[in-house]
Amino acid sequence: MMNPLIPLFVAVPLAGAFLTMILGKFFRNLNKYIGLLVLLFLAVISFYSIITTSGNVSTYRVGGWEPVNGIPIGIYMVMDSLAAILLCIINTIGVLALFYSFSYISQYTSENYFYSLFSLMVAGMNGVVLSGDLFNIFVFLEVAAISSYALVAFGVEREQLEATFKYQVLGGLASLLILFGIGFIYWKAKTLNIADIRAALGTTSERTHYLMVQMLLLAGFGLKAAIIPFHAWLPDAHSSAPSPISAMLSGVLIKAAGIYVIIRLFFNMFIISEEIAILITTLGALSMAVGVFLAIGQWDIKRLLAYHSISQMGYVVMSAGIGMILIARGTRPEVASLAIAGGLFHLINHAAFKSLLFLNAGAIEYRVGTRNLKEMGGLSEFMPVTSSTSFAASMAISGIPPFNGFFSKLIIIIAAVMAKFYLLALLAVIVSIITLASFMKFQRYAFHNKEMHNNETKPKEVPFPMVFSMVTLGLLCLLLSLMVLPQLRDLILKPATDILMNSQMYISPILGM
Amino acid sequence: MIVYLLCFILFLTGLYGVITRRNLVKIVISLSIMEFSLFLFLALIGYVHGGTVPIVDPANPDVKYVDPLPQAMVLTAIVIGLATTAMLMSVIIRIYRKYKTLDIREIKNLRG
Repeated sequence: MMNPLIPLFVAVPLAGAFLTMILGKFFRNLNKYIGLLVLLFLAVISFYSIITTSGNVSTYRVGGWEPVNGIPIGIYMVMDSLAAILLCIINTIGVLALFYSFSYISQYTSENYFYSLFSLMVAGMNGVVLSGDLFNIFVFLEVAAISSYALVAFGVEREQLEATFKYQVLGGLASLLILFGIGFIYWKAKTLNIADIRAALGTTSERTHYLMVQMLLLAGFGLKAAIIPFHAWLPDAHSSAPSPISAMLSGVLIKAAGIYVIIRLFFNMFIISEEIAILITTLGALSMAVGVFLAIGQWDIKRLLAYHSISQMGYVVMSAGIGMILIARGTRPEVASLAIAGGLFHLINHAAFKSLLFLNAGAIEYRVGTRNLKEMGGLSEFMPVTSSTSFAASMAISGIPPFNGFFSKLIIIIAAVMAKFYLLALLAVIVSIITLASFMKFQRYAFHNKEMHNNETKPKEVPFPMVFSMVTLGLLCLLLSLMVLPQLRDLILKPATDILMNSQMYISPILGM
Repeated sequence: MIVYLLCFILFLTGLYGVITRRNLVKIVISLSIMEFSLFLFLALIGYVHGGTVPIVDPANPDVKYVDPLPQAMVLTAIVIGLATTAMLMSVIIRIYRKYKTLDIREIKNLRG
């Protein structure tokens, strides 16, 4: 089934990026509106896709190359329910972060470059999510990564340059490992199409060869996703970037470029083996625990939030790993699907609350001029919207009902208990409690600690675009809890889980079997 | 087999350079060495012994061709590598203006 909407997700932001650069030179303020229009359009069509996709897989063949003798040639772009969820996250957070930067980015020069790079980054991430073959995942990954390198360095001060250098060297290393893995796969399978590789893998028994490939790809995409042994670049890069970009990097980029690709490749392309599943679960549990312990001692708001990103992504990786272990053992598929659904739900929720927290941090920096928790206090009096939205997000990330984070963590913990991984369930609870403690510190020092506050400066509430984005995301933190209702769950989470559970559902529509 | 091993050794040489060098420019050069070892590897995958240029000639269908797809991949990867190297070098120029040094031990504002 050809879906004409798919190429728009890449083509429109690419065109937007070029138009911003060309027209923005001649007309003032046009750059903002082009960017906003592009992202609003993408958000609308991504919501349309998530409603219409449910369960069926549609493809788009670039250049119209038909398969020859049942072998797919040319570039395939694939839209399924998992990709639709990710597209919704990317474009919704994208439009809110872009609207937020209307006021925020006016403190920098050369705004044209900012809006152009922003559109390019969105194009790259949409491409990664929609791409149906491995090499195009690599290409779009680089489009997203190179524009994010430039955006991290946007302030061109000492910290930003150091952070972007570290980010670029480790990101470059990750890309090379990924390319190495792709080369190895092509060597044996003689195809790059994910569905076709799966079909070829089903007939071979060269497990050691593919074990090496899996290690290379896990290391490469793990570097992009900042799972714990590969996390060194994340706190620097995410805390040095301008705040709307931090929100995009932490809220979206590590998911679209790292976690999504790991989940897609290890569930739908490779045949799941128990060793790899245990490895992924261990990495997830490790990043969950170590990330939160590294976050406790931080006094810089954005650094604290960046370490919490590592920890929360650990929840997603761990629950996906539990699902993989159960699938590999072939026992209790209903628990496996519960674990995967919990992970995906947490992925969606994390995008909402972590972007909101970074936007809050940006608002504080915009008005108070510091990111150090020790130098601020009593802000709840002067910035009521920032204070209340950041309270909502802090409660959501620590898993307090009725906010969304509670339900996803609950599902993950229930799935871990039902799968008899009691230790992992206990670890998840403990990490959640430590997260709560860490965010109580954030709330107290930033908003309520009145003794620390010197009354000479009275910061005002931030301008309307920033308030609007924060309030919308705050409402999303509440509304996303509704996804536990059976109707919404069946519409959004269940088709994505089914595709991951049964890769035949993914490959047969693409290969036309 | 020996050429594949040499490719791998080149890759590891680059990795060693990235880890041990202290000069920013040398780190970028090591990264480029890794990149080129991969380009070699990809080009080798497509090699077929006795194969010719992959332009299909309907007159004699029995000719062996080399695989053109890895070559296309290498070309794309070279362009991407160019972009990353250019980006890294421009960042290094900016770093030199701010810090007046290229030694990675002196550039350590971000900690913890």
